[in-house]
Amino acid sequence: MILLPCPWCGDRSVSEFRYVSEVVPRPDPGTATPQQWRDYLYLRGNRRGWVTERWYHRAGCRQYFSIDRDTITDQTRAREPAR
Amino acid sequence: MSRAARPGGAAKYSAFSLVKHGLLGQGWSPAWRRHALADSYDVVIVGAGVHGLAAAYYLAENHGITNVAVLDKGYMGGGGSGRNTAILRSNYLTPDGVRFYDRSMELYRDLAADLNFNVMFARRGHLTLAHNDGSLRTMRWRAEVNKLQGVDSEVIGPAQIKRLVPYMNVSDDARYPVLGALYHPPGGIIRHDAVVWGYARGADARGVHIHQETEVVGVDVAHGKVRGVRTSRGRIASPVVLNCTAGWSTLICDMAGVRVPVQTFPLQAAVTEPVRPFLGAVVVSGSLHVYVSQTDRGELVFGASVDPFPSYSVRGSLDFIEGLAGHVLELMPSLAKLRLLRQWAGLCDMTPDFSPIMGLTPVEGFLVDIGWGTYGFKAGPVSGEAMAQCIAAGKPPPIIEAFDLARFHDGRQLGEKGAASVGH
Repeated sequence: MILLPCPWCGDRSVSEFRYVSEVVPRPDPGTATPQQWRDYLYLRGNRRGWVTERWYHRAGCRQYFSIDRDTITDQTRAREPAR
Repeated sequence: MSRAARPGGAAKYSAFSLVKHGLLGQGWSPAWRRHALADSYDVVIVGAGVHGLAAAYYLAENHGITNVAVLDKGYMGGGGSGRNTAILRSNYLTPDGVRFYDRSMELYRDLAADLNFNVMFARRGHLTLAHNDGSLRTMRWRAEVNKLQGVDSEVIGPAQIKRLVPYMNVSDDARYPVLGALYHPPGGIIRHDAVVWGYARGADARGVHIHQETEVVGVDVAHGKVRGVRTSRGRIASPVVLNCTAGWSTLICDMAGVRVPVQTFPLQAAVTEPVRPFLGAVVVSGSLHVYVSQTDRGELVFGASVDPFPSYSVRGSLDFIEGLAGHVLELMPSLAKLRLLRQWAGLCDMTPDFSPIMGLTPVEGFLVDIGWGTYGFKAGPVSGEAMAQCIAAGKPPPIIEAFDLARFHDGRQLGEKGAASVGH
């Protein structure tokens, strides 16, 4: 099974979490053009390999955090130190 | 031209030849040829699945464009075309969507005759169950839109559902009782591999080169125009490159410098041991996140929704099977003793509005037929026909204008989430 390294709870099964998104820079909604905003909403890297992404521990501590995941093998690597 | 007069149109697979070759065990002629990779082609299609091969076939058949290469990094039909649950239907939500998928159904109806290849299209009827009032209202909406487009769909009640599917639990004490369904009689199932092979054989007979085990590793672009592709077997010059690689489509688009709003998610499926025929219709339940049909061999094929996170892995998971089994037994409790034979996954290129991306891109000569997500197989013929038209004319035909890449910049999305998939 796929284990995610939650900084608060340790390694837990992926089914306890909700995938949020690849980490992408968010433009300022006050000054972004509609095109820039739509690019932020819809364009993603979709990389085949290691990706940095946000997850939410919905069935546990309910915190958001970032990890690295290899989208070919679903191996995961912690980015944030354990709390 | 009459069917017999067209190249490759003469009946090759007669009953007599099948019996003769079957008994002799030899003498089969190859359905398609192997070629050396040429230095250049008029059109290069990346991806030898149903979309890529259909496009090649219609380029040759409808437009006389035969100097075409179809490249695949693996064996033909090894991606989504070989992994789907083979369901055909046109009961979509938007008028554009309905027209589009119904043109595909029209082509599928005559496909076996046109390709002289048995694709085994069984029009068994298709049921999309509604388990709450909101769902039933949507089914009614879809039925009305379908009827306006001349597509046979209607809303039916639990008694009629029970007559069509005797093993279904339509009682009130189910966790999610069945309130009704969208019944689409022209829907059914087909042998997906046969469609790929039929198109491959037809394209090959018309002069198209199919290159399997030939991976595209780069797309050459100069001054905003495509010059060709670099492959594992050498370089090919071409003014037109069509990307039909589904789950891998962003990799190819990245090579051309084109950004597309696509994310790759695995879609799992599973199949049981063969049992005697008992399920005629295809049954889909959005609320229960499951759909099921019975193949000609008697196996039950199950599908559900995509995995909840993007990945390029095609493994099955225990999570999926546990959830799927629970939901299937909700629908048909008497299936509890059936044994699951195997599970697998394919890669789905998901777009924000659950509609495909077809046509031109900012790079001249680089075209896409992607974003097909979990609903690509049923659209193979019409997509191939439309992309062939797009390449021949240099601009997209009206039937696919609404699927352009620019719609995400302009805010003109075509929302088909409800009708495209189950349980998202």
